[in-house]
Amino acid sequence: MNSETLNTLDSYSKNKYKYGFVTEIDDEKPKKGLNEDTIKFISLKKNEPKWMLDWRLKAYSKWKKIKEPKWANLSFPEIDYQNIYYYSAPKGFEKKPKDLSEVDPKLIETYNKLGIPLEEQKVLAGVAVDVVFDSVSVATTYKGELEKLGIIFCSIGEAIQKHPDLIKKYLGSVIPPGDHSFSALNSAVFTDGSFVYIPEGVKCPMELSTYFRINAENTGQFERTLIIADKGSYVSYLEGCTAPKRDDNQLHAANVELIALEDAEIKYSTVQNWYPGDEDGKGGIYNFVTKRGLCAGKNSKISWTQVETGSAITWKYPSCILKGDNSIGEFYSVAITNNFQQADTGTKMTHIGKNTKSKIISKGISLGKSQNTYRGEVSFLRKADKARNYTQCDSLLVGNQCGAHTVPYIDSKNNTAVIEHEASTSKINEDQLYYCRQRGLSHEEAVSLIVNGFCKQVLQELPMEFAVEAQKLVSISLEGSVG
Amino acid sequence: MFLEIKDLSVKIENKNILKSLNLNINKGEVHAIMGPNGSGKSTLANVLAGKEDYEILNGRINFKDNDLFDLNIEERAQEGMFLAFQYPVEIPGVNITPFLHSAINSKRKRMNEEEIDNLSFAKLLKSKANDLGINIDMLKRSVNTGFSGGEKKRYEILQMSILNPDLSILDETDSGLDIDALKIVTDGVNKLKTKDNSFLIITHYQKLLDYIKPDYVHVMVNGSIVKSGGSEIADEIEKDGFQKFQ
Repeated sequence: MNSETLNTLDSYSKNKYKYGFVTEIDDEKPKKGLNEDTIKFISLKKNEPKWMLDWRLKAYSKWKKIKEPKWANLSFPEIDYQNIYYYSAPKGFEKKPKDLSEVDPKLIETYNKLGIPLEEQKVLAGVAVDVVFDSVSVATTYKGELEKLGIIFCSIGEAIQKHPDLIKKYLGSVIPPGDHSFSALNSAVFTDGSFVYIPEGVKCPMELSTYFRINAENTGQFERTLIIADKGSYVSYLEGCTAPKRDDNQLHAANVELIALEDAEIKYSTVQNWYPGDEDGKGGIYNFVTKRGLCAGKNSKISWTQVETGSAITWKYPSCILKGDNSIGEFYSVAITNNFQQADTGTKMTHIGKNTKSKIISKGISLGKSQNTYRGEVSFLRKADKARNYTQCDSLLVGNQCGAHTVPYIDSKNNTAVIEHEASTSKINEDQLYYCRQRGLSHEEAVSLIVNGFCKQVLQELPMEFAVEAQKLVSISLEGSVG
Repeated sequence: MFLEIKDLSVKIENKNILKSLNLNINKGEVHAIMGPNGSGKSTLANVLAGKEDYEILNGRINFKDNDLFDLNIEERAQEGMFLAFQYPVEIPGVNITPFLHSAINSKRKRMNEEEIDNLSFAKLLKSKANDLGINIDMLKRSVNTGFSGGEKKRYEILQMSILNPDLSILDETDSGLDIDALKIVTDGVNKLKTKDNSFLIITHYQKLLDYIKPDYVHVMVNGSIVKSGGSEIADEIEKDGFQKFQ
């Protein structure tokens, strides 16, 4: 970690959750609650074709029949689905702004506070940002440049209008709507999200990035992301999330589907710092996310990297289905829980093809009274000859009121499979703290430094531009945990 | 007075370690404390640095016009106190460059000095490493991680030279060093020595004092200083051991 990180730690410690401001904009919502009318309202607002509405309604009827999964190591009150708004868009957004001058200045200000300059020229060098503000995509940058290469990067809403064939073919192909209750819920009421298509043989020249942000009160955010990498293509995608401070708990249930065809590679990185709730466990986001990638073709590769520092509850297992022979799945994760946060996160690697390889590196850090669980499943199906998995799970405990749990499942139907598993749990070392402080670093700086060192193996997988931001986030989420 | 320890008594886990210890160090002086194992030498070093495991029963310590007990570990360090550890701890994943850069800037901040930027710091670190005969490749590794005993000690001296402390405490820095490493370390210390900074060298063996010439030598036995004098005391110990002081 560099000194810049430490300096920002200093300035952040005064504001606590820096992104906890609320933008006051009139918004337009349907009535609270989930029913067919809500879904029709959403579909109508988004001017969707009938096949899309039918798809949603079918998912809704499935949702009604499925119970929430209860196997996670999480405890929270029953979610009241009838007390949530399912659509929220700043008024007057049915007509999309053509350029920034048409965008509400308050929105621009919000993004400036988040440190995302919306103007193209200010965008981090080489990063195209598709910004989602609540449920409507506000502006997509760098679009023109990408179009020249045949790359499609737009909101999922726009893709439904303009690329129905791709949507019909791939939407729900990796995560079927009826997979579980949150996938059914998302399929019924998803409002926005990103769509990416990389044509055959094209290496996307820049990081594609989306910043999600939940703004309106009592609004669930259900974004849907679909990324397709055609034969021999490459794309790196980064998703970052923040949400304002609220006393109520907000629900977030995203679905992300990745499809890598022959020789294609997708790298998907997430930096998640939704509002985690306060020191007493009040408020915060309930984050129930389904992310799944399909290595459909031979020699394809999907790599998930996540830095999870926010949310009151995190339920998230970015997974890979390794169908193509020689395909590779990777999962790199840092999950930090503080105060009363609960995280149950991990991955699922399903080896179907021959010579498929997967690698799992998970770093869990627990502070305060939080609970942090790694849950993973590695399975080898009958035809997965000579498949390999390497799993490394390390947990770090800070203080003595928190918990770390590791739940790895291994299921092999092929006796040529090779599995390696390493796990460690350690407490932050007093001698290390003493050493750092003797060099003049404060207790908080020292903890941050040691934790960043502990996470380095994962953080270095992030695209350069975001590695520094992720380090800052790690520091911020450790605040107030030591004394 | 630069450092003044008066009537210091300290215990840990119901065991009295230091007993009415007195020691004065002036600017520009090199003091050596010698004593047998278990005499309380390392405890003294850790109490000075502020380690929190000890209970102060009696006495006071003044350091540069501060009551030392009013300052926590990092404040003492920022005021210019440096402890070269007997067993430097490994910190995996933490690179020495940002680590020391943060350290030097926290000191500068306290002194109301301007912070040093990335580039100037990298240059400074390189040139100091060069002076001490430390391979640049070592700077790319994590703090103390996978280092040999000798490498760790050289690393401590490198940090000392970067932070440029007013008072350097060397806790058994010579232990586990072969003669070449000992020479590199002691050369480093001799280079750092000016009329404005002071050293407190804690050692079990007289060997180290062949390379660093102390102005004063103190013999510590059972938690107290039982004899003080010039370097001739070191020769006495070399000849007869600690027996006669006990």
